[in-house]
Amino acid sequence: MISLAHPIRRKRVLPGLSLSLGTTLLYVALIILLPVVALVLKGAAIGPERFVAIVTSPRTVAAFKITLLAATAATIINALYGLLMAWVLVRYEFPGKRILDALMDVPFALPTAVAGLALTALFSANGWFGSLLDAAGISVVYTIWGIIIAMTFTSIPFVVRTVQPVLEDLDPALEQAAETLGASPFTVFRRIVLPAILPAWLAGATVSFARSLGEFGAVVFIAGNIPMKTEIASLLAFIRLAEYDYNGAAVIALCLLAIALVLLVVSNILQHWASRYREANR
Amino acid sequence: MKSRFFLATALVATLGTSPAFAQDKLLNVSYDVARELFEALNPVFAAHWQETTGRTVTIDQSHGGSSAQARAILEGLPADVVTFNQETDIDVLANGGLVDTNWREALPNGASPWYSLPAFLVREGNPKGIEDWDDLAREGVQPIFPNPKTSGNARYTYLAAYAYALATNGGDDAAAQEFVGKILANVPVFDTGGRAATQTFAERGIGDVLVTFEAETAGIAESYADQGFVRVTPSRSLFAAFPVAAVSANTERNGTIEVANAYLEWLYSPEAQRIVAEYHYRVNDPEVAAEFADQLPQVELVTVDDAFGGWANVNAEHLSDGGILDQVFVNR
Repeated sequence: MISLAHPIRRKRVLPGLSLSLGTTLLYVALIILLPVVALVLKGAAIGPERFVAIVTSPRTVAAFKITLLAATAATIINALYGLLMAWVLVRYEFPGKRILDALMDVPFALPTAVAGLALTALFSANGWFGSLLDAAGISVVYTIWGIIIAMTFTSIPFVVRTVQPVLEDLDPALEQAAETLGASPFTVFRRIVLPAILPAWLAGATVSFARSLGEFGAVVFIAGNIPMKTEIASLLAFIRLAEYDYNGAAVIALCLLAIALVLLVVSNILQHWASRYREANR
Repeated sequence: MKSRFFLATALVATLGTSPAFAQDKLLNVSYDVARELFEALNPVFAAHWQETTGRTVTIDQSHGGSSAQARAILEGLPADVVTFNQETDIDVLANGGLVDTNWREALPNGASPWYSLPAFLVREGNPKGIEDWDDLAREGVQPIFPNPKTSGNARYTYLAAYAYALATNGGDDAAAQEFVGKILANVPVFDTGGRAATQTFAERGIGDVLVTFEAETAGIAESYADQGFVRVTPSRSLFAAFPVAAVSANTERNGTIEVANAYLEWLYSPEAQRIVAEYHYRVNDPEVAAEFADQLPQVELVTVDDAFGGWANVNAEHLSDGGILDQVFVNR
């Protein structure tokens, strides 16, 4: 009888759609959209000629090249290592696994400037790693390698944390079935595991790339910040601000933002694809 | 029951008497490396304020790159007073209508209660034999100082080197640019602020000579006594003013005009000047200066006005986007 009084509609934990959605949209508008719009307006107010002049100046171009190059390298490292890490965390049981799992979130929580200082101390010529590398004639600190390491550090969790749940969802029975049908381990990986995790993996790598593009705190301590050589785009925006050149800073930030937005759209499409793949496999 | 009653009366008594504890609040917004100096100064001023007016004052400090600080104030940081290391950053506030345009005349010595100069700190025993600016342009010498674009401290370094070159080669601008270009090319890393550069030099062991305010070199030599750093004063350097001003737009709103002005004037008192001198700044009070004279080497100082015709010129010709600094910096 009671079930008749309450028709089939499932009861929701939060109050109605309009209120939930309204609150969410207001929040998004205030916290995310407004600052972005302000940035776009500041960048747009200066006119196309000056915009192009700022973007195409040799120093800006050099900064973007370095940033994109380092972010790409960091993303490739993270994609490979992050996948391995997620695999180890999901498929194996070993002492200390929980600690390792928790450690993966450290780069999220650590202030990036602190991370940058710590990495610089490790890799400088008198640091633990740096002294060994220095003896081998490799210098990391104040070169593009330092930038790559800082970016890798701050964005690794993105790959691990997007691949991990998908791997957990993957039914080991599928792999066992393939094995009993005579598939080699590589075939199992290529035909069963990879297609399932590919969208999530790519999505994680995309977000990791976007994060690397905007990374500032960790990088400025280890980069050397030498114009045309090791100066990243976000530092150049910071320098423009120190010169009270709001327009110059806005233009550089806007370019970074545009690249990141495109990447995030790509990542969302990939994740959508991933969820559909998972539904289909159920 | 009884204890609750006592508590209530105590509470009422506290609330009732609170006007007697007239609280003044000040926010002093300052440059990066002045943390310790103001931590030493503020309690002494608070005691002085209590003595003269019977009122207590709490002083909050905010430290960072002085341009970044000025920008924060423009965007609403409610600073009552600014104590910077560069006039241009106060001028920015004056142009923004937050500080009176005649702030330089409001206090003695162009509103700069103390001064310093860019000087050197070298490693134990001075192995590279660094004595003057010429040595910084030598091949194989690595000077450490922050990015002149983000650090007021390093802007003085750049200008001091430039002024030195002008003085030693008869005012030849092209030669001076080549000279500072060589120094900039020798710098292995540009940090964004003075404290980060100190870390690079002292903790990370990078570079042969740290260039920063004389007051800072003395402080570092003391805090890293085990490393045996040696202070070197170049033969000539640039007079670095440390200007102060009340942010009048904010003091009017916060009702802090009186205490803000008293604070700034107090910085000129012998009591304050002695503390400042202990932190190795050069002070204007003749008696205090004489007390500390034997700790500070003689050096020929030029002012920005004499060497470059004022900060307005420096900004237009050197520091603007695409100016001389950009040219020598980017083409290093």
